[in-house]
Amino acid sequence: MVNGINLALQFLDSFAFIVLAAAGLAIIFGIMGVINLAHGEFILIGAYTTTLAATQLGLPLVVAMVVGGVVTGVFGIITERVIISGAWPNWVSQRTLGRDVIEPLYDRLADSMVATFGLSLILTQGARIRFGNSIDQISTPFGAISYGSFSYSTYRIVLAGVSIGLLVATYYLFTRTDFGMRARATIQDKETAQAMGVNTDRMYMLTFGIGSALAGLTGALFAPVISMQPTLGDQFLVEAFVAVVVGGPSVVLGTALSGGVLGAILAVFSNLYGTFIGRIALLVAALIALRFLPEGITGFIEQVQKRRQESE
Amino acid sequence: MSRRSVSRRQFLGASGAAVVAGLAGCSAGESGTSTDTASSADTLKIGVLEDQSGNFALVGDPKAKASMLAIEEINANGGIDGKQIETFQRDPQSDNQRYQELTRTAINEENVDALWAGYSSATREAIRPIIDRNEQLYFYTTQYEGGVCDEFTFAVGPTARQQLGIVLPYLVEEFGPDIYTIAADYNFGQLSADWVKVLANENDANVLGEEFIPLSESSFGSTINRIQEADPDFVMSMLVGANHTSFYEQKASAGLDIPIGTSTAMAQGYEHRRLNPPAMANIYAGVNYMEEVPTDSNTRDGGFVDRYFEMYPDAPYLNEEAETNYFSTYMYKKAVEQAGTTEQPEVIDALESGIELGTEEAPEAPEGETISLDGATHHVDHHMWIMRADEEHNIEAVENRQIPEQFLSETVGCNLPENPEQTQYTPVDYYEEAE
Repeated sequence: MVNGINLALQFLDSFAFIVLAAAGLAIIFGIMGVINLAHGEFILIGAYTTTLAATQLGLPLVVAMVVGGVVTGVFGIITERVIISGAWPNWVSQRTLGRDVIEPLYDRLADSMVATFGLSLILTQGARIRFGNSIDQISTPFGAISYGSFSYSTYRIVLAGVSIGLLVATYYLFTRTDFGMRARATIQDKETAQAMGVNTDRMYMLTFGIGSALAGLTGALFAPVISMQPTLGDQFLVEAFVAVVVGGPSVVLGTALSGGVLGAILAVFSNLYGTFIGRIALLVAALIALRFLPEGITGFIEQVQKRRQESE
Repeated sequence: MSRRSVSRRQFLGASGAAVVAGLAGCSAGESGTSTDTASSADTLKIGVLEDQSGNFALVGDPKAKASMLAIEEINANGGIDGKQIETFQRDPQSDNQRYQELTRTAINEENVDALWAGYSSATREAIRPIIDRNEQLYFYTTQYEGGVCDEFTFAVGPTARQQLGIVLPYLVEEFGPDIYTIAADYNFGQLSADWVKVLANENDANVLGEEFIPLSESSFGSTINRIQEADPDFVMSMLVGANHTSFYEQKASAGLDIPIGTSTAMAQGYEHRRLNPPAMANIYAGVNYMEEVPTDSNTRDGGFVDRYFEMYPDAPYLNEEAETNYFSTYMYKKAVEQAGTTEQPEVIDALESGIELGTEEAPEAPEGETISLDGATHHVDHHMWIMRADEEHNIEAVENRQIPEQFLSETVGCNLPENPEQTQYTPVDYYEEAE
């Protein structure tokens, strides 16, 4: 009984960690096709902004977290304009040199990897130079719940709730709103979308901004429970990429499903055999999933649906 | 056309000269420790390789700073035997491969007279073969698992047996005999956990369980559950690095309220300053030094703490390893003066004759009355402290005494002047209970 509760809480914890780690990446990598190796550093910006807003400006934690998300979103938009699409440098060079200097990084997987890796190095070292090797931390709100001889941090359960809320909101935004339709149209077929009157440039910028804001929010939400230092983003990277790749082409649903599957595996194995085995089980599960479902979980679901339609 | 051929000839000439110079450099390097070191007669050169970026920057940066403090003090007071100290200082970025490259550079190109390098035990083991091959005098200044018996290495930080040896018996006495161990999953953590078993056995305590945690892990929910399930009297924590720091905040927010003994927390990464109270409440660190150690030479006006923060007003903390870098630089000074030369075999002989730093002469020993080097094992008999953090993260000294290095000197019988070797001994070879 008590072990069941342990396992359930552990599952919620792992689920929240995987989903939140992957949230921003699902959009930037999954939808936009930019391998963002600076994803961890976007999380860092969210976490540092939140912590500094709370400790230096004295903002209430919730407000500080929103600030963390917004600042990262704005930073994401700047990154998109300067590095990914190159719109701003090109605007300047058009007027001075009469030509573009930057070719957009969309759908150039390897190139986007190199560019964002460089960005991640600059951000990590920049944070180290500006703020030192660590900054003072905020403490975790809400206390703990007890059951039997065990207890669990309430905040970790809140995180699970928030992660589900974020998934639902993102799903709604990209499937049920005009904005979402335009964004998906832009990414699927830029020329046609333009012909239909969509401002595709703006769509790229905003979608990237939303992805960045989600990464920032992840940093904001984890700010109280992880150690505040310049390389804090690294710990999210493995889970983020694994979850997005295992999730497959339908990114939001895919992230939810892979968060569920991988979270369950991580929870069961780390609960029974320790953290180390839990980590190995997670990676082995990802290997097996990609061997037998190369299109990810949602790709597999689509295939099954297609086959069923054909047989009917 | 003619311009091009001239430039080619120039190029050939220049590269030929470079090759000759390179060969000359090589032969100078190979003849090793003889007369032709790069430093001229009135200077000597010290290599300082400590992490200032990467995973260990937080703990490595104070080490580099304290080395520079000692060097600056020595230079301001006339140097070593009238020789000013030059430094070769680089940032290996917590990367063992960069450590290996920079170690080769320090030895072969910079011809350093002595080398200080490395935070983690993994780093030390990565560069020790290079050190030994080049017969380079090397100071390893981190607290570590112990057992390195190496004719060229002076492991002057406290060992696990010294650190755990002061804190574990105290916690058994205070709280009871049931222990749960959590440790970082690499050589340091594994061997430290073995020492917990050895010391538990010596103190009639028992280890209920142990868990080894990868350095990349930062979620401790299942670990906390397992500790609660085992219900020990106290926990021994040898967690390492930035990611593992999350454990303390997470166990506090989960309401896990249990005394924790440690050889790694607070004294190195000053978690009691960085985290909000009460995350570190009831944590007992077994250390030779941390900024709060209440000795006169440490806390008085113009003492060690004052001098450090005068030179580095923006430094966040003066940690355990910083003190070791500091006093070992003075040990080296004393050895060179005693030897009357910077020739490394002679300096090593002088160090092996037993160097002692005390209150009588500069510098004082910040951790206690005296710090003495044991020539046979190249280790230090440290003055050890138990430092406890309370609910507000105030630090108090609970207990202190001199603890000699025991494993190499008594159990293994390491005697380097008699019997030169380059081995690391582990507790598993000597204690059944460590298996």
